[in-house]
Amino acid sequence: MAGELPFEKPLVEMRQKINELKQFGADKGIDFSDEIARLEERYAQLEEEVYSNITAAQKMHLARHHQRPTSLDLIQLIFSDFIELHGDRLFGDDLAVIGGLAKLNGTPVTVIGQQRGKDTKDNIARFFGSAHPEGFRKALRLMHQADKFKRPIITFIDTKGAYPGNTAEERGQSEAIARNLREMAALGVPVICVVIGEGGSGGALAMAVGNRVLMLEHAIYSAISPNGAASILWKDASKADQAAEAMKITAKDLLEFEVIEEIVPEPKGGAHRDYEATAAAIKDSLVRHLGELSGLDSNALKEDRYQKFRKIGKFAYEQSSHVGVID
Amino acid sequence: MFKDLFQKKRKYATIPSERVGRGSEPGEERPRREIPEGLMNKCPKCGSIQYSKELEKNLKVCPNCGHHMRLNALERIQMTLDDAGFEEFDSGMVSVDPLQFPGYANKLEQQALKSGLREAVITGQGTIEGLPVVVAVMSFDFFTGSMGSVVGEKITRAIEIATERDLPLIIFSTSGGARMQESILSLMQMAKTSAALSRFNEKGGLYISVITDPTTGGVSASFATLGDINIAEPGAVFGFAGRIVIEQTIRQKLPDDFQTAEFNLAHGQLDLVVHRKELRQMLYKLIEMHTVKGGY
Repeated sequence: MAGELPFEKPLVEMRQKINELKQFGADKGIDFSDEIARLEERYAQLEEEVYSNITAAQKMHLARHHQRPTSLDLIQLIFSDFIELHGDRLFGDDLAVIGGLAKLNGTPVTVIGQQRGKDTKDNIARFFGSAHPEGFRKALRLMHQADKFKRPIITFIDTKGAYPGNTAEERGQSEAIARNLREMAALGVPVICVVIGEGGSGGALAMAVGNRVLMLEHAIYSAISPNGAASILWKDASKADQAAEAMKITAKDLLEFEVIEEIVPEPKGGAHRDYEATAAAIKDSLVRHLGELSGLDSNALKEDRYQKFRKIGKFAYEQSSHVGVID
Repeated sequence: MFKDLFQKKRKYATIPSERVGRGSEPGEERPRREIPEGLMNKCPKCGSIQYSKELEKNLKVCPNCGHHMRLNALERIQMTLDDAGFEEFDSGMVSVDPLQFPGYANKLEQQALKSGLREAVITGQGTIEGLPVVVAVMSFDFFTGSMGSVVGEKITRAIEIATERDLPLIIFSTSGGARMQESILSLMQMAKTSAALSRFNEKGGLYISVITDPTTGGVSASFATLGDINIAEPGAVFGFAGRIVIEQTIRQKLPDDFQTAEFNLAHGQLDLVVHRKELRQMLYKLIEMHTVKGGY
């Protein structure tokens, strides 16, 4: 195992002890198989305990894990014949967003993802997965292309948020996000979005207006990063863990709020433990949801998407006239 | 009706600071002020002091430096629409606390007392020089104009009504962004309002977005930028990410005019920057030009 998070420490320690015992037995020629079997059993119990009660804050750390599969990792495993297409035709090619053509079980689709880097150099080139306006505009160009050729659209969401920089502002970061929201609502093909890591704010939503929104089990999705919320609410960014709990950012919370349609299970310990299993689970979900949507024509797909977002929100009514107006 | 709210004597309700009650216990004596509250006003930009009455006559634009001070929704409606015939939509809609977020319920109460409003937006139908229009007017003084479920729902309904009644739509935006106490539900209001605008747009409706100080975050990145015509008031801050966040990201000091209306105009993000004194007339002219469709 590598890349353990703090909450996994008891497991690491126990695994170490089991290995030491095995080594000792082998070195000295003593048979510890009974003890080892008992320890393995306890390890399995402990593993169950640790992984069945993962808190929102722990999920936040899992979602940000540096070994967590990225959009490109998953695309390679889920689809065949991926051809990456580049550029927004207006300004440049934002590497924080990747996209192109691919086949899902033989059917052509357009696939677009937010792309974190795999190492520091890659991360710098990809702005840590935070898109500029040209990234959102590239995504929209590919979505319009899909609409023209009647291909389903699949997007992978994995970003801390839209890039917060002066160049992004000058080129219309707000406009790029807003336009995507409006245009995605009008797409006449099935749109399925999968939150695979971090769904950060408007930058995530700008590629997530889908007929179906799915989330990996340990992915998170929120209006503002827990770090940002903590620094605004409590003037202390180090209280991110506390904010993560309060903000209801987990897949389970979002399923209850009917913001997402399905939780895609992850391998024990998180997606980074087994890319293939993660990809297989996502593929299974995608195929099923695409099948469900395949009977709808373009108007029905628009209506379905409209209603999905139309119903989100909680409010109440008060009877009296305006409060607080004082004579 | 709505007009009753604008009778002279309670036109600008000033709430005694005790009512705001930030930590003050009942019975606790507060130091008496020399000047009655609300009589004088200090320009936040140039610091000059004016009589509130004079300032109101000047539409809350500083006579000294031209700074456009923030208006609440009631002031804006009064300034923009004809006196008679405002039909408010969903006036009783209020926020709940869907996430059971620490402190949210209390804060909502405080905000209502402080602002005299029920939520950060008022929506309805009225007229400008007799031309009917659907408006949504945000108020920064309620919860920094943040968009939660209620703001999103009221604006969406206003857009839907404009679509049904085939009327022009004006949204006056001012907002600090998403209301983080409603986290994901708040974020989804961006998609909801934008989707409603997509339908309005397909039907050929005219949408004028008026961006007022400040308009940022989730509101700037949804309906505020989606106008057929985007107008801002002079000096209004308009951008997605906050200035401080950007300065931390790029590790550079930003120019003073960064994200102002003028900056955005120069970068192609706005159609017009219009002085408050001319805004009503400009809105009238724009709507009037769309009353006769081209005939194609």
